[in-house]
Amino acid sequence: MTALATSSSSSPLHFWGYFMDHRSTDLSWLWSHTWLSVVPVVIGLLVALPLGWLARRYRFVYPPLISLTGLIYTIPSIALFVLIPPLFGLKSLDPKQVPIALTLYSIALLVRVVADGLASVSEDTVQAATAIGFKPLGRFFRVELPIAVPVITAGLRVALVANVSIVAVSGTIGMSNLGQLFTLGFQNSTNGPYYPPIVLGIVLCVLLALVLDRIVIILNILLTPWRKAVRS
Amino acid sequence: MIRFESVSKRYPDGTVAVDELDFVAPSGQITVLVGPSGCGKTTSLRMINRMIEPTAGRILIDDQDVTKVDAAQLRRGIGYVIQHAGLFPHRTIIDNVASVPYLLGTDKKQARARAMELIERVGLDPRFAKRYPSQLSGGQQQRVGVARALAADPPVMLMDEPFSAVDPVVRDQLQEEFLRLQSDLGKTIVFVTHDIDEAIKLGDQVAVLRVGGHLAQLATPAELLSRPVDEFVAGFVGRDRGYRALTFTTVGELAVHDEQTVTLGAPVPSGADLDNWILVVDAANVPQGWLNLVELSRDDTTVSADLLYRGGTLATQGGSLREALDACLSSPSGRGVVVDSDETLLGSITAAEVLALIEKRRPAAASVTGSGSERR
Repeated sequence: MTALATSSSSSPLHFWGYFMDHRSTDLSWLWSHTWLSVVPVVIGLLVALPLGWLARRYRFVYPPLISLTGLIYTIPSIALFVLIPPLFGLKSLDPKQVPIALTLYSIALLVRVVADGLASVSEDTVQAATAIGFKPLGRFFRVELPIAVPVITAGLRVALVANVSIVAVSGTIGMSNLGQLFTLGFQNSTNGPYYPPIVLGIVLCVLLALVLDRIVIILNILLTPWRKAVRS
Repeated sequence: MIRFESVSKRYPDGTVAVDELDFVAPSGQITVLVGPSGCGKTTSLRMINRMIEPTAGRILIDDQDVTKVDAAQLRRGIGYVIQHAGLFPHRTIIDNVASVPYLLGTDKKQARARAMELIERVGLDPRFAKRYPSQLSGGQQQRVGVARALAADPPVMLMDEPFSAVDPVVRDQLQEEFLRLQSDLGKTIVFVTHDIDEAIKLGDQVAVLRVGGHLAQLATPAELLSRPVDEFVAGFVGRDRGYRALTFTTVGELAVHDEQTVTLGAPVPSGADLDNWILVVDAANVPQGWLNLVELSRDDTTVSADLLYRGGTLATQGGSLREALDACLSSPSGRGVVVDSDETLLGSITAAEVLALIEKRRPAAASVTGSGSERR
């Protein structure tokens, strides 16, 4: 903290100098922020795939499942962080509580995305796949899922970007990630605002979100060469 | 051969889609199931490959009960074509066609070679092989659908309104090519349509179903037109039955009159012995249209294409009486043009002469009708 006092300027534009002064801490926060944003979405997708399939296969599952997952998404993140340890038998401030909460959010968002993605596959195509002899599992992985990719990746983009911002909130309960920069900024704003860490936190979060978003877009293009054919 | 033995489909809510259906679809022939919506024709078709399971009765393919075979295995051995083709949008045309061989574990290279063959066989440009379905027109997609159904060379094909969603011109083309393909391949085909004209055009035999899944009549197209068993079938078969039945009547050689002709591009002929209408042919003696000599102005000195009346249809020597009569009725001169199988001109015939031929066949036709009404 003493180092902060030596930082010459409190101007918002001084974030770069601030970053150079605290490079190693900031980079390790960026790194953990990245993992905390990505891993829950990956796990969330793996869980959402069978759930979304269920909601599609047995239509009566869809409305309650969508209501339930919608409900999870309305719980404020800070409240969910606090609720996780007693629910999962962890001690408070366990490093697992944030990824668990984020995974719950990701599942909540992606179940609907997967179900709607599968619904975007035309009935004719599904019928034809069955009629030429695909078994249900083969049909799912080789016909329905590949065709649902554009809808699912659109959902992944939303989930990733949302996670980047929710992870930052967990910084306020002491988890080490870019959220710490905001805490630091507030703590050092007792005698007038101290902007550099706050601006740096915003800049790094936005950059991270942009990069992750771009990666999903590229992934989508690689997985759906047939869509390019549609556009041209 | 596909045999339906008292097959019924009753849904839990009590709706009966198919009721005690009995019929045989003979090997190597096209059996068309036709009827209004709700007659259970599609349900019947889908019970053959177990997309729907019957609640009573049995369906046998070559004496093998379909319910005794694993559903996926059964389906891989049955070609299936549906209305909107149902192609896989994420696979190229060649991979769409090779779908079933892939499922059967055929070597990829071999499967693709076979698929390529079929793409050409159904009349598609080989350049389409690497494209995706969305880049093809509806008619082209439907051809791919047919190729996909044929890829594993199944003895049986099921077709559910495959040509209903394309425009009439393309539909005609697809039907013609389908018949040509079938004459080469000799598949056992069950074909569902709501269009009685398509049923009559394509079917070796036609099963007319009525609402509630009852078989009203199973007969050849000619018999269906000349001897519908009841009001329902008669109504469904529709108007102009007598005229349409002529499609199935041939008379062998038509005795034709010589027709005076003028060649396209030649000077306009003149002379008192000429009729008002003169037939125009090209250099190969293929009829092009009629020229009205009375209507010509002084400036028209040569026979040019834009002067021609092209409304007349052509009758082919050895073709049906319907063709012959239509050639007469559609010809502006009243003389029907008869051509050889190579499209060159043979001569002309009048409607009165065609009617005389139809009249001459009456005694035979009358006795058939007689026996039909006795049976009723």
